[in-house]
Amino acid sequence: MESTQTQSQIQGAQTPIPSQVQSQVAGGPVQVACGVVAYDELRLVESETRHPLLARSFGAIPDEELSKRQKAAEEELRERGVTFAVYGHGDGAEKVWPFDIVPRPILRDEWNRIEAGLKQRIRALNLFLDDVYGPKHILNDGTVPRELIMSADSYRPQCEGLKPPGGVWTHIVGTDLVRHNDGEVYVLEDNLRCPSGVSYVIENRELMKRVLPEVFQGASIAAIEDYPERLLSTLTQTAPADVAAPKVVLLTPGVFNSAYFEHTFLAQHMGIDLVLATDLVVKDGRVWVKTTQGPERVDVIYRRIDDDFLDPECFRPDSVLGVPGLMEVYRNGGVTLANAPGAGIADDKAVYAYVPKIIKYYLEEDAILANVPTYLCGEGDQLDYVLAHLPELVVKPTNASGGYGITLGPRASKAELAKCAESIRSDPRNYVAQPFLTLSTVPTVVNGHLAPRHVDLRPFILYGSDIFVLPGGLTRVALVEGSMIVNSSQGGGSKDTWVIDG
Amino acid sequence: MICRVADSIYWLSRYIERAENIARFIDVSQMSSLGGRAIRDAQWAPLIYASGDEAAFRERFGDDFSQQRVLHFAIFDEQNPNSIFSCVRSARENARSIRGELSTALWEAINRFYLRVTEARVAAGTIVENPHRFLERVKRSSHTIVGVVVATMSHGEAWNFAMLGRVLERADKTSRILDVKYFTLLPDLSLVGSTLDIVQWSALLESTSALHMYRKRFGKIEPKQVAEFLVLDRDFPRSMRFCVSLGEECLRALTGTAPGMFSNSAEQQMGMLNSRMNYANIDDIVNNGLHEFVDSFQQQINEIGGEVSKIFFQPEA
Repeated sequence: MESTQTQSQIQGAQTPIPSQVQSQVAGGPVQVACGVVAYDELRLVESETRHPLLARSFGAIPDEELSKRQKAAEEELRERGVTFAVYGHGDGAEKVWPFDIVPRPILRDEWNRIEAGLKQRIRALNLFLDDVYGPKHILNDGTVPRELIMSADSYRPQCEGLKPPGGVWTHIVGTDLVRHNDGEVYVLEDNLRCPSGVSYVIENRELMKRVLPEVFQGASIAAIEDYPERLLSTLTQTAPADVAAPKVVLLTPGVFNSAYFEHTFLAQHMGIDLVLATDLVVKDGRVWVKTTQGPERVDVIYRRIDDDFLDPECFRPDSVLGVPGLMEVYRNGGVTLANAPGAGIADDKAVYAYVPKIIKYYLEEDAILANVPTYLCGEGDQLDYVLAHLPELVVKPTNASGGYGITLGPRASKAELAKCAESIRSDPRNYVAQPFLTLSTVPTVVNGHLAPRHVDLRPFILYGSDIFVLPGGLTRVALVEGSMIVNSSQGGGSKDTWVIDG
Repeated sequence: MICRVADSIYWLSRYIERAENIARFIDVSQMSSLGGRAIRDAQWAPLIYASGDEAAFRERFGDDFSQQRVLHFAIFDEQNPNSIFSCVRSARENARSIRGELSTALWEAINRFYLRVTEARVAAGTIVENPHRFLERVKRSSHTIVGVVVATMSHGEAWNFAMLGRVLERADKTSRILDVKYFTLLPDLSLVGSTLDIVQWSALLESTSALHMYRKRFGKIEPKQVAEFLVLDRDFPRSMRFCVSLGEECLRALTGTAPGMFSNSAEQQMGMLNSRMNYANIDDIVNNGLHEFVDSFQQQINEIGGEVSKIFFQPEA
């Protein structure tokens, strides 16, 4: 599997792009090993296409016309200011959102299975969080090693004993999926903190309808446009119990955040205030927003900032960001935070390896969606295996985000492998390793022609009084030939994603 | 409305208005410099005086008030916070920080404005030579934005803050242009009645978009009537009096205060200034010194701006 799939640069990752990852990119595309053929999601050009309808409508559009539409789409995005920010480039870092006009289809039957799998996973992970910050049954009986949890950076002792309203820790989840060349869909990563990308899902669909209306003819495609309303319902459903008409706000780190476009998009589409931490104050056991008419009470905060920057009194005393006293109000049930602080422990990369066991433990069910086989370097026998097979594996640090410190075995030099082995030996708990997966492809407009490019998929899941999975999700595509780097900050693009009947 | 949001709406509106005023002033200076007897470069210094940027300009360029220097400074200079480019960029930054509060049409209009000005910077050299078409576009973009605000934003708090920002900026700019040009054209009151440079007086009116409306009202161009029109006209939307009167209405709409009353210092000062404008006459103003009058007017506008900021944008928690 390719390293940078798992980092989340298009979205709200707070960390800058690590130089290690960039240098991998500069080194050129990651080639699929000789003889390995990726799974083609469409098979547009072959006789046995997976999607006859799409094959027909795209077959009827000459290349030249396709390029024209592609240009029209790009122009439209620019005019409308649909952008994301790239870190480390200073002021001019705002880039137009990259979009490809060939949609990525998923058949309804397959989607139903994915949806069931995602719901199952989220339910189990929320029970896990309740348990880990509560009675700790799963640690006490050794199903998940206590040490693994307590040693994780994403474990927040400040969250011990927390009871989030409605028992919901992860209101908004974006789970990364990939399809390997065995045809199987794997969960690559659970994003339980501030997953982003959903605004682009909605923008992509709207754009698609404008620039290629004819391909929608006769297709029955699941609607996604109601996401903002569902998100708002999810947020109000989990408001503190004593509030009749809860006031919801979206808390953003500000215009320089990479996902700022999304923050404004969601706030606007939900009709709620977009606030900075400096707009909020804690007083009389509640949170208030400063308005021109005086303070107004806030009941639910959809926060798009990291735990660390929520409340300097609780998490990071050195931080000038955040709302002093916020966690105290939260602990006493005076405000809802979505997602709940501390939820990050459940998407730790080492905990990930235990998710199938966690599902079994709480739900007594087998996991519907496959996990990528994961070797925990913290466990002796697995460590030996990893060290012996480094050139075939992808090694990831467990507690780092943003793709920091990832080593791609098949792409690494001998020196890099040696350095990686050394890092693993010095701190085994901090590393996991996985086989290198070959991502599936979708035809993409490249220099005026269609060519296969690798993709991943991030569906979005809402958890309020019920669990809702947005049909499809964000398809990211690596625009460089052979590359599996789908991040928009590194030349990745995006596609409209269709859950389609028949 | 969140204080920070109100602040941004107010300022984005001011910046758009400022860009438009600079564009108009440059355009008129350019037109009247062509074929005139005046030394070519002498034409450009007033542009810098009127925007209040003389000190900053001199520090960097000394006495070089050439067309190239002045126009580049006023249109494209990134270091000049009052250049058209800087204003449009600031307007867009403010808009971006509160994008969710704006109608989509408004955000897109501002974004397009910014993109066009950014694109024009690439050809800055050519535009500085012959800026007319570009300036027309700036004015049109500003008018589009004003229209989009009126037509697509609810006429509630945000709208009133936008309007307030616009009229305060406009009042300030009209007064500055009048001050600078009037003094240049008529340095001595004893000259009243001597042969007038009709071209230059028309240019002054044109630079506030007032020429045709002035003609409808007074016909013949007379310095005192020009002053009267720009200072005291009831109906002309760029006159100082009109702006103050509209500004007072915006403030009252924001607080719900009845006419003739006030609930904060901004309203009080705005009301006093409004009364002064309502009951002034042009003879008194000219006899006591137009420059002094305009100067005190600008000072009051500034103070009102400061009070608005204190009361609505940075209230004590």
